Amino acid sequence: MFMEEKQNFQIYRDTETLYPKNEQEVADIIKKFYKSNIPIEIIGSGSKREIGKPLRCEKTLSLSKLEGIIEYLSEELYIKVKAGTRIEIIENELKKNKQQLVFEPIDFGYLFLGKSNSGTAAGQVACNISGPRRFKAGSTRDHILGFRAVNGRGEIIKSGGTVVKNVTGYDLSKLICNSYGTLVALTEVTFKVLPTHEDNKTLVIHNLSIDSAPEYLQKAISSSNDVSGASFIPTEPICNNCNMNIENTFKLNDLKNKGSLTALRLEGSKKSVDERIKNLVKELKVSEQNISILESLQSEIFWKKIRNLEFFSLTKNNIFRIVIPPAECINLIYELPKNFKYFLDWGGAVIWMEACQLSEQKFESIRKKVIKHNGYISMIKYSSFLPYVEDVFTIDSNRFTLSQSIKKSFDPKGILNPGKMYTGI
Amino acid sequence: MTNLLMPKIDRKVILKKDIIVKNLKKIVNPEHVLDHKDELKPFETDGLSAYKQKPLIVVFPKNTDEVSKILSYCNKEKIKVVPRGAGTGLSGGSLPLADCVLLCLGKFNKILEIDYKNRCVVAQPGVTNLSITQAVQDKNFYYAPDPSSQIACSIGGNVAENSGGVHSLKYGTTTNNLLGVEVVFMDGTVSKLGGKSFDSEGYDFLGLVTGSEGLLCVITEVTVKILKKPQATKVALIGFPTIENGGNCVSEIISNGIIPAGMEMMDKELIHATDNFVKAGYPRNVEAMLIVELDGTDLDVTELMENVNKIAKKNKATSIKISKNEKERLKFWAGRKAAFPACGDMAPDYYCMDGTIPRGKLVEVLKEIKRLSKKYNLPVANAFHAGDGNLHPLIMYDSNDKKALEKTEKFGAEILKYCVKVGGVLTGEHGVGIEKRELMCEMFSNTDIQQQIKIKKALDLSLLLNPGKVYPILRKCAEEGRVHVHGGKTKFPNIPRY
Repeated sequence: MFMEEKQNFQIYRDTETLYPKNEQEVADIIKKFYKSNIPIEIIGSGSKREIGKPLRCEKTLSLSKLEGIIEYLSEELYIKVKAGTRIEIIENELKKNKQQLVFEPIDFGYLFLGKSNSGTAAGQVACNISGPRRFKAGSTRDHILGFRAVNGRGEIIKSGGTVVKNVTGYDLSKLICNSYGTLVALTEVTFKVLPTHEDNKTLVIHNLSIDSAPEYLQKAISSSNDVSGASFIPTEPICNNCNMNIENTFKLNDLKNKGSLTALRLEGSKKSVDERIKNLVKELKVSEQNISILESLQSEIFWKKIRNLEFFSLTKNNIFRIVIPPAECINLIYELPKNFKYFLDWGGAVIWMEACQLSEQKFESIRKKVIKHNGYISMIKYSSFLPYVEDVFTIDSNRFTLSQSIKKSFDPKGILNPGKMYTGI
Repeated sequence: MTNLLMPKIDRKVILKKDIIVKNLKKIVNPEHVLDHKDELKPFETDGLSAYKQKPLIVVFPKNTDEVSKILSYCNKEKIKVVPRGAGTGLSGGSLPLADCVLLCLGKFNKILEIDYKNRCVVAQPGVTNLSITQAVQDKNFYYAPDPSSQIACSIGGNVAENSGGVHSLKYGTTTNNLLGVEVVFMDGTVSKLGGKSFDSEGYDFLGLVTGSEGLLCVITEVTVKILKKPQATKVALIGFPTIENGGNCVSEIISNGIIPAGMEMMDKELIHATDNFVKAGYPRNVEAMLIVELDGTDLDVTELMENVNKIAKKNKATSIKISKNEKERLKFWAGRKAAFPACGDMAPDYYCMDGTIPRGKLVEVLKEIKRLSKKYNLPVANAFHAGDGNLHPLIMYDSNDKKALEKTEKFGAEILKYCVKVGGVLTGEHGVGIEKRELMCEMFSNTDIQQQIKIKKALDLSLLLNPGKVYPILRKCAEEGRVHVHGGKTKFPNIPRY
């Protein structure tokens, strides 16, 4: 019997959190719980703990004391860290060598706490939610070169390495990305890193509507101008239950006009960025009166706000994320309630949406529409209005069966984050 | 010929061959089932031609439903199945078994959809890699991964092997350019993994099956990303007086924040061999040569080329040639692409190895290879995807001398083990297959391997799909692992290998 099912029949004491300090301690703890059939919640620092289904485990295993950079070889373009190392520590270290995690990890602290709380390497891998550059550069799963971890039997396992080109054995690094701690407790992660660019600027087109903005995003991405950010922030709907904060969030001197923002980021050498902005203005046939150019510093602030969902900071409403083929975006938006606040990122391939007075029934009806457009939807933040949904993530029966088999191969007794993603997994 | 232990032959299956043929002919067009020994002969090997084994039966399904029914039938009857794309793989991944049904995807040869709005192409798995680019190049798009065999290798095979190419450092390998697949599992279940949107939810099955070498499922449809061609692309040929200078230049280019579209290195032996072979205009009086390809806007390429030039000079480059036009750029590449056949001109046989190492260990590893070359008294030429650390030493020998073959095998295994020792891996792009199977324990512990086998069992309980590949049958590390070429002839001598 899976541990999650067992939960219903047990009365739990207050959760006790364990803080192993090294890999062997993680293995010893999990082995002990494996033998005694005790389910455990695995967390990094807990910054994304609210994503997924709430757990009721007797014990919590925090990886936050497994801290530290093990090896950073900038010329080899990788950084190997202990799983509980904070993302900001990694990013600060990389900055010293003008390098970065190119998939732009999202700092969910702004959404959940109203301030930065970037979480750990393990959490980033477990959730695989990446920022604005995803459509061009890939997500976390494309930048994890290898890992070490402990499976549900308490065994230490590893996969991958430190090199980009590696086809030795199954690519388990991909599999543990987005597994929300249900397959392994990570102990060590190696990320691919890439250089930061000398300059970046953002071309903002003002006052486009949803009827035309996705086409601009699409044209820009399909051009040879190497666009690395493509977002649309529409004017906000009139809603008494939503904070109106487009102007507060994007209070930037370089922005000439108020209203909706269609933003395109260019990165590279200064000359190259300037040349490509000119090209884009010409190719998109936008008039000078209707655009703003965000210079380097303001451009960085703008994309940090997009990446960290600051548009929704401290909202009391539900937040969900829809990922769809970019060409489907506009038709889907037409089918969704008009009073929901949203923005498009990844050139229209992702929709971040704030929904007030959402019911589970309404959420499920949205899910049906999303699936019809070949996408998927995930609940990211609950509200007091809708504090729980049965299906946080989207899955079909076929993949559910597969997921069960894979889960059992790593965690036969279902003790690692049971039910975090789906009931029964 | 190295003796290779394969899974135990199921005599019962062989005895009921006629019944199996009859039943398969009920599922597919009877003409698509081959069972006569003469018909089976062309399928006895793949790109790793040193190993040969005729399958029991060959079947050519023409749609997903037929694949599903074949697998479901074989699963029920406990018949082994070996999937095969174009059969160009270099690690023996589609080597048949005597008691297997060889499932050929050759009839899945259509591009199903070109979707410019979502910037992707949906293709059947038998479509060749190059034909995807050819289908979209009129709109200035292309498919980025470019394994050297791209004129012949199939996109389904690319997914199964997670194929790379010379542009992997900047553009990634197959796994980074794939949006979705349709697959059939051994029990006949058809699944869509991914689609046209990014990062499908739940476990990343797409990532798991990519590079799984046909052990987990059969791929019946592939959706890949296409990219807009860069405005400009130029290549620089840079000659160095020592390997060290070349290696340092590679590290310094990367350290300066430049990610070239491609960065290749060749040693003196290979420079001479390839230049004799195709007259690519390579510098002759150097110990090492770099081919650096840069792309972007015209301005980007000019700027980056200036920087590369400065770094090269600082590292004592003795010659720098920059392509003046597309024709010259292709000429510069032609030598590199002819590396394997050029070696065929230098010796009756060669073995091609495929390890990846950290870039910074290049000089150390090349020195070790030279030392081993002296120890074994066998010449070696080195081609190296310097950008992503993927090394292809080509060991030259004469297979008529049995002792030379044994020596070559030991030499090859020592190179791969050394790659692992310096922090690298056994295979960068050719796959494990049967070729490096017994070397897996150089990289993985028994627990690591058992975890992977448990995944295999989770999706193929009776271990019927492509058994005997990737994971060691014996719990010991045999010394084997290379591509065998005799008389300059690979299985497909006209396919460039680099």
